[in-house]
Amino acid sequence: MALLQIAEPGQSAEPHKHRLAVGIDLGTTNSLVATVRNGIAVCLADEAGRAMLPSIVRYHADGRVEVGHTAAAAHATDPKNTIMSVKRFMGRGLKDVSHVESTPYDFIDAGGMVRLRTVQGVKTPVEISAEILKVLGARAEASLGGPLTGVVITVPAYFDDAQRQATKDAAKLAGLNVLRLLNEPTAAAVAYGLDNASEGVYAIYDLGGGTFDLSILKLSRGIFEVLATNGDAALGGDDFDHRLFCWILDKAAIEPPTSDDARRLLMKAREAKELLTASEEAPIRAKLSSGEEVNLVVTRDEFATMTQHLIAKTMAPMRKVLRDAGLGPEEVKGVVMVGGATRMPQVQRAVAEFFGQEPLTNLDPDKVVALGAAIQANVLAGNRKDDDEWLLLDVIPLSLGLETMGGLTEKVVPRNSTLPIARAQEFTTFKDGQTAMAFHVVQGERELVKDCRSLARFELRGIPPMVAGAARIRVAFQVDADGLLSVSAREMSSGVEASVLVKPSYGLTDDEIAGMLKEGVEHVGDDMHARALREQQVEAERVIEATTHALEQDGALLNADERAAIEAAIAELKQLATGDDPRAVKKGIEALARATDEFAARRMDSSIRSALAGQKVDEIQV
Amino acid sequence: MSVDLQQDFFALFGLPRRFCVDEAALEMAYHDLQGRVHPDRFAHLPDVEKRLSMQWATRVNEGFRTLRKPLPRAQYLLELAGVDAGLHTNTAMSSAFLMEQMEWREAVEEARAAGEGHELTQLHHRLRHHAREVFNELERTIDERHDFAAAAEIVRRLMFMEKIQHEIDDALEALET
Repeated sequence: MALLQIAEPGQSAEPHKHRLAVGIDLGTTNSLVATVRNGIAVCLADEAGRAMLPSIVRYHADGRVEVGHTAAAAHATDPKNTIMSVKRFMGRGLKDVSHVESTPYDFIDAGGMVRLRTVQGVKTPVEISAEILKVLGARAEASLGGPLTGVVITVPAYFDDAQRQATKDAAKLAGLNVLRLLNEPTAAAVAYGLDNASEGVYAIYDLGGGTFDLSILKLSRGIFEVLATNGDAALGGDDFDHRLFCWILDKAAIEPPTSDDARRLLMKAREAKELLTASEEAPIRAKLSSGEEVNLVVTRDEFATMTQHLIAKTMAPMRKVLRDAGLGPEEVKGVVMVGGATRMPQVQRAVAEFFGQEPLTNLDPDKVVALGAAIQANVLAGNRKDDDEWLLLDVIPLSLGLETMGGLTEKVVPRNSTLPIARAQEFTTFKDGQTAMAFHVVQGERELVKDCRSLARFELRGIPPMVAGAARIRVAFQVDADGLLSVSAREMSSGVEASVLVKPSYGLTDDEIAGMLKEGVEHVGDDMHARALREQQVEAERVIEATTHALEQDGALLNADERAAIEAAIAELKQLATGDDPRAVKKGIEALARATDEFAARRMDSSIRSALAGQKVDEIQV
Repeated sequence: MSVDLQQDFFALFGLPRRFCVDEAALEMAYHDLQGRVHPDRFAHLPDVEKRLSMQWATRVNEGFRTLRKPLPRAQYLLELAGVDAGLHTNTAMSSAFLMEQMEWREAVEEARAAGEGHELTQLHHRLRHHAREVFNELERTIDERHDFAAAAEIVRRLMFMEKIQHEIDDALEALET
């Protein structure tokens, strides 16, 4: 009956060709890179055999940039130029950053995303994160022996649009092709679920160094469906360190500590916290700059008591996420613990009590996110095998809306909507002859705009003049599979596409990114032209390969003329790719894209038709 | 047979156009379709295909969201039948229903003001039970009698009940924090 050979769109063009892809866990405290090797996800280690890279970047006066363990060592001697926990600053203004007073950095608050003054000039959190990504990318290429097709980078599920965009921009600066931004708890679920072939509803409790996420997932027949997510993008293990640090200051009657002492004691607090995972008490000994000595002992119970309010802060999102998922705690089949901070006994106890069951900890909570990201990267790069039929369906964590009269929020996309999602809203003019309109896009659940995150402001221009109330302006929100929003607007009665000028509230503009890219290229003495040409050639190769494969699989969907037109466009692009003009190659790619537009649509149709045909068969069997 | 982005959601999921749907079949069809059109299946392919995939996956998600829950499903059926169920046209509400509205509102308001979590939970359950009965009535009205004008009024009642349900949930949430 099947006359057409239906292609599986996800299959690789050449099954034997393995594309190099990695998953990156860009953490607040530590970062990791992992890949799938011989069907098994593994973390890639540095030359010294260490998988974890401390997320610390040091800028030297001579232009060198140091990342990781060696940078960490300089933390005490060169604090201003040694940036730790930069993830806390991504897509954030200065007023959003907690415990600013106990960081040694020279912040610049000029509105928008916070910037830091270093010996190498002013740096954005995006540039600093890019340095970490570059090191992990280089490690992966050295270890895998070739250039990377693409990467999956994990982000906290509760990251808003600005924080996600900042992460994607950092990858772009680092020269990495982002296949997908993946939510950390979802990544953990992949690593866990595929390992255990689980079915049912699972809760992922992810307490990292600086962020807290909670996701409820339903696993059935290979589909990982996120039902709801909640969390706190500014709560993590760092806050437990800080609480213990304050306790030390209080007990030892130190006030206020010098910045050197503060750093030393914060380190001691962290060490003590880690010791308390395995022992009932931990000593805290330090010599202050005044010569005074601190000699304290903290017990597990004392630590649990002083951090009770932090644990409580994770309980409210747990109740909310279950309500959003429409489930009770007893309906959760298993609870997976992710993130180093879940090693604290008081955290495990609280979670066990809430769900009435012991949480699952059989995968290393530090590595599970990177491993899941690697598994997803392998599939997205096109290395999917026939039996890899699993799929992730994730959600947007926070509602998206527009500001309306009186500073109120009008929700356009509700939280926990499955991605990708599009929603549109219509507006009208309120003055005769009005040709422009201003919009303010916000994210969050609160009613007042001032209590939500401001994402961007944009202006529509070129609305044809009409009487008040006659124009029908349709503003469309599209959120992609990375959870990133794009906005478009159109006046419906005239069909005029109004131009949209978006000014991100806490992000970098396209021009800023382009400037940084150019600067970076000049810095390493690279040739901008050669780089652009190489990029276009790689893209051309990729497009030709995919199109050729599509012709092999689904050529029957085309008549001879249509096929000839596509083949001509391929030949033309092949020719152009041997030249040295990147713009010409780009034009050739665009021409091939136009030539295959209809073909792609038909392939999609035939794939969908076969899905429906499959169902009909099932119905007959019933 | 042709499939396009404009076809109705029932056809998209291969289901009969009725209020009563086979939820298992709907979910199965949803997963099957997303398995074919989701952007994760196209991440390594040219932009043309990525764009198509996003459009389709968006459409499939919208369809599932619309058909999964009874109220949006009923609203969608009315839309397909060309009947407007918008609240702004609710001129034909019976006085009995208006009385009922006021009673629910007062009960919720009282429990909220008194901080009565238990009472709010009771109201939540009572309202849900009541809604179930109204949904049964709606099913008969649409699937058996095909009376969309009558269905529109029932949908308006259900929209109101859902609003009250949200108010109860918000009040419960406020009590917890």
